[in-house]
Amino acid sequence: MSVRKLTLGLVSAAVLTAPILATKAQAADEIFIPLLVYRSGAYAPNGIPIANGFRDYFDLLNKRDGGVGGAKIVWEECEFAYNTKVGVECYERLKAKKPVIVNPYSTGLTYKLIPKAPVDKVPILSMGYGRTAAADGRVFPWVFNFPTTYWSQASAFVKYVGAQEGGMGKLKGKKIALVYHNSAYGKEPIPTLQALEKKHGFKLTLLAVDHPGQEQKATWLQIRRLRPDWIFMWGWGVMNQVAIKEAAAIGYPMDHFIGVWWSGTETDVVPAGAGAKGYKAGTFHGAGPGYKAHEDILKLVYGGDVGKAQDNKWGEVLYNRGMMNAVYSIEAIRTAQKKFGVKVPTGEQVRWGLENLDLTAARLKEIGLDGFTKPVKVSCRDHETAGPVMIQQWDGHQWEFVSDWISPMTDVVRPMLEEAAASYAKENNITPRSCN
Amino acid sequence: MLYREAGQFKASYAADQAIFPITQDRVAVIAVLLIAYLGVPFIQGDYWFEAILLPLLIFALAAIGLNILTGYCGQISLGTGGFLAVGAYSTYKLMTAFPDLNILLIFILAGLITAGVGILFGLPSLRIKGFYLAVATLAAQFFLVWLFNKVPWFYNYHPSGNIEAPPREAFGFLITGAEATPQVRYVVILIFVTLLTLAAKNLVRGRIGRSWMAIRDMDIAAEIIGIRPLQTKLLAFAISSFYIGVAGAMMFSMWLGSVETEAFQLFVSFDVLFMIIIGGLGSLLGSFLGAGFILLLPIVLTNLFVGGLGFTANFAKHVEFMLFGGLIIFFLIVEPHGLARLWQITKEKLRLWPFPH
Repeated sequence: MSVRKLTLGLVSAAVLTAPILATKAQAADEIFIPLLVYRSGAYAPNGIPIANGFRDYFDLLNKRDGGVGGAKIVWEECEFAYNTKVGVECYERLKAKKPVIVNPYSTGLTYKLIPKAPVDKVPILSMGYGRTAAADGRVFPWVFNFPTTYWSQASAFVKYVGAQEGGMGKLKGKKIALVYHNSAYGKEPIPTLQALEKKHGFKLTLLAVDHPGQEQKATWLQIRRLRPDWIFMWGWGVMNQVAIKEAAAIGYPMDHFIGVWWSGTETDVVPAGAGAKGYKAGTFHGAGPGYKAHEDILKLVYGGDVGKAQDNKWGEVLYNRGMMNAVYSIEAIRTAQKKFGVKVPTGEQVRWGLENLDLTAARLKEIGLDGFTKPVKVSCRDHETAGPVMIQQWDGHQWEFVSDWISPMTDVVRPMLEEAAASYAKENNITPRSCN
Repeated sequence: MLYREAGQFKASYAADQAIFPITQDRVAVIAVLLIAYLGVPFIQGDYWFEAILLPLLIFALAAIGLNILTGYCGQISLGTGGFLAVGAYSTYKLMTAFPDLNILLIFILAGLITAGVGILFGLPSLRIKGFYLAVATLAAQFFLVWLFNKVPWFYNYHPSGNIEAPPREAFGFLITGAEATPQVRYVVILIFVTLLTLAAKNLVRGRIGRSWMAIRDMDIAAEIIGIRPLQTKLLAFAISSFYIGVAGAMMFSMWLGSVETEAFQLFVSFDVLFMIIIGGLGSLLGSFLGAGFILLLPIVLTNLFVGGLGFTANFAKHVEFMLFGGLIIFFLIVEPHGLARLWQITKEKLRLWPFPH
């Protein structure tokens, strides 16, 4: 009986304290950024490096520069295991702390938050994921998906394959298979690839892999039968390593296997061992810890302990991506601070900052990321900037770049994207704003 | 002392057949309803609604639906996720195909469509029983989710397969879409849940409920005393699916606003099944208690660990998994008949308190 009483007591105490804890207010000179992370579950292999990249960059700024523009950066992680329903709870809890920007890192959650952003006045930066149509800033003023989107990337892949085959004309009759996560995320590139299929005459086969993607034998049996010339993969989490292992097991030529930029980090290829050698993936930034910002993180965050830094995925592809996302967020906040002359901008002001973000090569050099990525200039109409994509290849130990920056086929992608945005606007009674 | 029925005499059939024959119960339920209708909607801040109250009510409704089938009629079902999906996708199709149709009517229609699908998948229950039926309903779960993922017509050929609730009004209030206030959505869901719970209560204590329970307790004996298994079982499937369909419709259009089939995976079916097992099979109160337990305990634990004790988010999550599992086992050992039974025992003790002997 006493154990029962104790449990009941604990639970009721927790119930009573929960709302008090949830509404703890921020101090005056602090900018709050919520971090929705997944360090557990089937997507943890990819969630962990991203979360660490964010955390370390914010930590670095606080330690080195005292925050951003005189205001300290405060963040709180909320674990949602890539589950949209839990993500909603996380977002609502952290919303009480007046966030200035949110990075959902889940397609499902991004879709859920997009209509809420203008109501809650929290801009969404879904860097290279989420709803592709959000690139049309006239319909989606609160959502940003620069530097580039899935549709742009799919077109860049086709361009790359064309170049490898010796010209776009040679694509005719080639078989391309798309292995995709059977969710909103995985389905994103399909319309683009189908449009390009019509245009260039290759044969596209769609192979869906259901969540969480640990079981793919049937998919790869089909690939063995089909013998596609190229495979594209839109995978996430455990699905990536399983697919790469299966591809190696059936002896598929790995240099004809290209993953989306979410399927190309160290944790995806290392489990497949030597079999993963030659596997390619898209990316839009540098790999490895060879930049000045990494050095600073090593020194100030990890006290020079390389082993500890590596345990925290320091310099891995997705770590770098988390860091890059943090850089974008911070630079947008800085832009807002400058324009409005405030230390702690509001969500509305940061939205302006994102829309007027101009991250030049010189600025990248200043923050210790010289040549890390392409400069970005966002505008009212274009929230994507259709940035170029690079192809990286795993050589068994590290990622190497095997292509130049490939520009997406804007002429194909942009009209499709604006059409999708217009149909969203119609369905939801939104009047697109004018951007002139 | 306070909870004693001495002196309360039933002088009419109506008084004898009341849902809450004891005055104190009646007062308590009316008080809870008054607070829920007149107090709660004035809470400020979205957190309580979006994270706690809306999912609680919606899942309680789904749990009532499953409880009708499993708790009262004894047919185990693992297809809840699939039936929620039917409710959600039919709502979406109706909302986009008939923009002028009243949204509340759409919820009812979505429930009816789900009831039809439920009858279809209930047919095997006439031949197979127990765990084998659970496997057959598992087929419903996988088939329905696969169907909504595979056939683009269901999501209006949207490139990502996501469905989104467009804004709709009823009686001058915006009740779906992002601009609908959580307070309004809460009241609408609460009205549905109250009415449907009342309907369920009257169903299960009437002729239909008794025939369900007869089938549950021993189907051969039930058949001998004149209960027709075909109609009775299919009626249970239909009504259960209706409740789950309405829950799915509200989950999609009033809580999440945007879903893909990922939201209706098998683990949702298990969650709802656990809700009724922990809450109490064959108890409407149990459906609410179970939904509260399964949905709120993780949130409470996270708030306690991360906010109160300062654990890192992922460590807290792992501790929470262990503690949550432990608590489920603890409650099942303490009271295998669920939280509703625990509450009943408490009431019986309260009657004697403070002088048990």
